[in-house]
Amino acid sequence: MPDDLLRVTDLKTWFRTEAGLARAVDGVDFTIREREVLGLVGESGSGKSVTALSILQLIPDPPGRIVDGQIFFGGEDLLEGYRRGSYERIRQIRGNQISMIFQEPMTSLNPVFPIGDQVAEAIMLHQRLSRPAALDRAAEMLDLVGIPAARQRLFDYPHQFSGGMRQRVMIAMALACQPALLIADEPTTALDVTIQAQILELMLAAKEKSGRAAILLITHDLAVVAETCQRVAVMYCGRIQEIGDTRTIFTAPGHPYTRGLLRSLPRRGQKVRRLPTIEGTVPSLFELPAGCSFSTRCPERLDQCSTLPPPLIETVPGHLVRCHLARPAASSTPDRASHRPPQPTQSATTPPCQGQL
Amino acid sequence: MSQPPPTDSRMPLAAPQPASSPVLADRLPILEVRDLRMYFPVFGGLFQRQVAEVKAVDGVSFTLHEGETLGLVGESGCGKSTTGKCLANLYRPTGGEILFRSRRSGEVQVHALSDEKRAWSVRPFPMRVPVTVDLARLDNAQMRPFRAEIQMIFQDPYASLNPRMTVHDIVREPLTIHQPHLGAAGMDDRVAWLLEKVGLSPEQAQRYPHEFSGGQRQRIGIARALATNPRLVIADEPVSALDVSIQAQVINLLQDLQEEFGLTYLFIAHDLAVVEHISDRIAVMYLGNLVEIAPTAELFDNPRHPYTRALLSAIPQADPTRPRARRQILQGEVPTPLNKPSGCGFRTRCPIVQPDCAQFPPPLLALGNGHSVACPYHARQN
Repeated sequence: MPDDLLRVTDLKTWFRTEAGLARAVDGVDFTIREREVLGLVGESGSGKSVTALSILQLIPDPPGRIVDGQIFFGGEDLLEGYRRGSYERIRQIRGNQISMIFQEPMTSLNPVFPIGDQVAEAIMLHQRLSRPAALDRAAEMLDLVGIPAARQRLFDYPHQFSGGMRQRVMIAMALACQPALLIADEPTTALDVTIQAQILELMLAAKEKSGRAAILLITHDLAVVAETCQRVAVMYCGRIQEIGDTRTIFTAPGHPYTRGLLRSLPRRGQKVRRLPTIEGTVPSLFELPAGCSFSTRCPERLDQCSTLPPPLIETVPGHLVRCHLARPAASSTPDRASHRPPQPTQSATTPPCQGQL
Repeated sequence: MSQPPPTDSRMPLAAPQPASSPVLADRLPILEVRDLRMYFPVFGGLFQRQVAEVKAVDGVSFTLHEGETLGLVGESGCGKSTTGKCLANLYRPTGGEILFRSRRSGEVQVHALSDEKRAWSVRPFPMRVPVTVDLARLDNAQMRPFRAEIQMIFQDPYASLNPRMTVHDIVREPLTIHQPHLGAAGMDDRVAWLLEKVGLSPEQAQRYPHEFSGGQRQRIGIARALATNPRLVIADEPVSALDVSIQAQVINLLQDLQEEFGLTYLFIAHDLAVVEHISDRIAVMYLGNLVEIAPTAELFDNPRHPYTRALLSAIPQADPTRPRARRQILQGEVPTPLNKPSGCGFRTRCPIVQPDCAQFPPPLLALGNGHSVACPYHARQN
């Protein structure tokens, strides 16, 4: 497809640890289109950050290793060099065409350099500008992200900024080279809600201004996703369980895990006595079930679920669900029809989300 | 709870609740906070003299009723955790009163408030009469008898459990201090019972905290808090470190335990959806002050303080079909409590700021229905 900016197929990133082999990312497929905001949601340990780090080849090796898969960026396989042990190409792309905003604005800025130099570094490296010119550009970027008196603050150190301001610096740094893809890994998790609203607004505005940029927004906060993303991928135990456009995911979730997650959220204006929960806990990465990784907690489990890993099934065009209960959009499979009606149809008859709570 | 009314108390038992507040009219106050202040000194300079103070809590007043859940919300640094820690006597407040109606009676020798203005009497109280104490004035030894009644659940289930103690020992420790009369066997029985109450199996008692997931650790913390049979539990962000699917389990557990044991919760959190779900009333803090307090539905339907309104509109909601209400995004950031603005702390970011907001700190105005707001100009908003 021509408008696919990034295409990840069958990505596997494993970690060799003393406790055994941790398959943190175990067969992830997704695409990001130009100009879109794709949300990657999941609980801690589901592999969302490792997916992001794999795209930029920032996985510490050892213990981690991208063992399989392809990552196509603008038609070029980014992992081609990685397999040969050559990092030349990815260094040209990192911070230039693909850049990243990290969760902890304190730990991801270097405390001993002024922020102006840190923002200018990528500009000098990738755009081959002189230091004064790069600092000029850095001041423009800091101004763009709403840092007051940006030019005067170029020579301030990170500790002189508040959490929200530091995250603005990170965004300025990430956008400095006008990347085609911005990966934001929990960019607002460490921030307060009123600051979170500012930062999300800023990211989307900066994306609009730059025109062609796409954003991969990694978060555990479903509400943030609902308000900012066009499409959502739901991860669980190193795999994408469901991917589709935001509206469908929230109104007619196809995977039992997505349904459970959405139900367990307390919602404004809905007084229920008890919150529905997902029973049990996330299985350890070292002892993943043989079949579907959600089968240990799934309320709709079938016999085959614990033995046979389910494939990704396209239930609605563009909407993929990794579940034995999901049925393909076009042709209906009669053998499973006896179990239950297809999920999207069933949910579509009830009012979005509310009906299930 | 059928306790005789305290004879020696300044606490208004016929609390001045408006008649139209059905939720609270039949409940006794268990705790009343009056003008609580907690300032932390800042030392600096050549001789490490005190150069400034951080006004973490700066004049907070509210009442907690028996069996209710009061949600305390606000952004980081607003003083909500400090307030909680003052109530648990983990900090000794700089000023103000924390009047706690204990179930203790009789022989406990405490500095309790008597009919006269604060006379630190050490006379024993008559048996079976609950005493009301000002927790803000108690030192550690004096506080000890009351600690059993006020327990805390902490935010980080990784940092709040001793990694060298087994779960059994962690839950047992409060018993050895507060209920030594149980004896070894009695304590072991009670630990097993508590673990069962919070949904852990007896086999897990001999394991260490690192063997548990975040949600299970929080259950251990809850069991430890319940060990002494408390009446007031201060839950400081108990679910914010947990994953979504685990969060709902722990919230349900907290609600079940409240129902079973008649607990009163002060539920400190920044996640308003969670607070709305669990709270009967909600208090909103900003920069060390209470800006608004109201019953939950009232606060969400009719927020009056400009900060509350901005806070509510800033929260994203997990519903993409919702018509996107016009977000009211606050400009600027929270000022530092080291150097609070004069007058109203919110005036530097307030959309309806008036010239005289800098003059004096706005008092809490009662609007009826148990709704109070610290903004004299709240009616100027549409």
